[in-house]
Amino acid sequence: MQVLLKKRYPARLEYLQPFTEAISHCAKEQGFDKKRISEIELAAEEALVNIFNYAYQGNEGDVEVICKLDPQDRLIIEILDSGVPFDMLSLGEPDTTADISERKVGGLGIFLIRKLMDDVQYQHEGTKNALSLIVNKDKGKK
Amino acid sequence: MEISVRKEKNVSVVSVTGRMDAVTAPEFEKNLSELMSKGEKKFLVNLAGLEYISSAGLRSILVIAKQSKAGQGEVIFSGLRGPVEEVFKISGFHSIFKIFESEEMALKQI
Repeated sequence: MQVLLKKRYPARLEYLQPFTEAISHCAKEQGFDKKRISEIELAAEEALVNIFNYAYQGNEGDVEVICKLDPQDRLIIEILDSGVPFDMLSLGEPDTTADISERKVGGLGIFLIRKLMDDVQYQHEGTKNALSLIVNKDKGKK
Repeated sequence: MEISVRKEKNVSVVSVTGRMDAVTAPEFEKNLSELMSKGEKKFLVNLAGLEYISSAGLRSILVIAKQSKAGQGEVIFSGLRGPVEEVFKISGFHSIFKIFESEEMALKQI
């Protein structure tokens, strides 16, 4: 796999922008259009904010982002943390048809990741959570 | 993100520009919540200048809409475009909120 980017910052909200800017830059260099870059950035934000909020349960820790191309020329955005083992993909989908009063606040982040990415994979490797956002290159969008 | 508010009769017209993400969404929520606590009930949120919204922004919008509905108020939207419109559609926000193409059209309906 060809590694395009490696960034490691503390798992704090103030590092959201440095992460997403680096990921967007990487997607731009791979020739994705503006719309797809925005979708990649959104999926990355959702995954990162989830980790910032929950992975270290109030303790300090780091997040590492690795962007790479796999042998099928797909863009893989791998997001690693050493927090509590958590597969965000195991969560159920929100009811997107409920009205204002019934609609639950939250749960939309992971839903958006699933909708916008071509594939999403989770693995627990040793002491790390590894979430991969996968984007096909041959077409502009899903 | 920049927020500006002006009054059109009994409607607070809130224009939001820039990016509504996990960093900036709490500011939107705080602003509108304060207006509600001052007695404002009707809000038209103009998102024509909003370039990006994440689930944190949607969450803040939903919190405000729930709060407003509980106080017999209303929150409607205008000017959605590009990624913001797409995210509203995917999330089902298009069917739970009244959304108008322009501020003028929205003001006639509220």
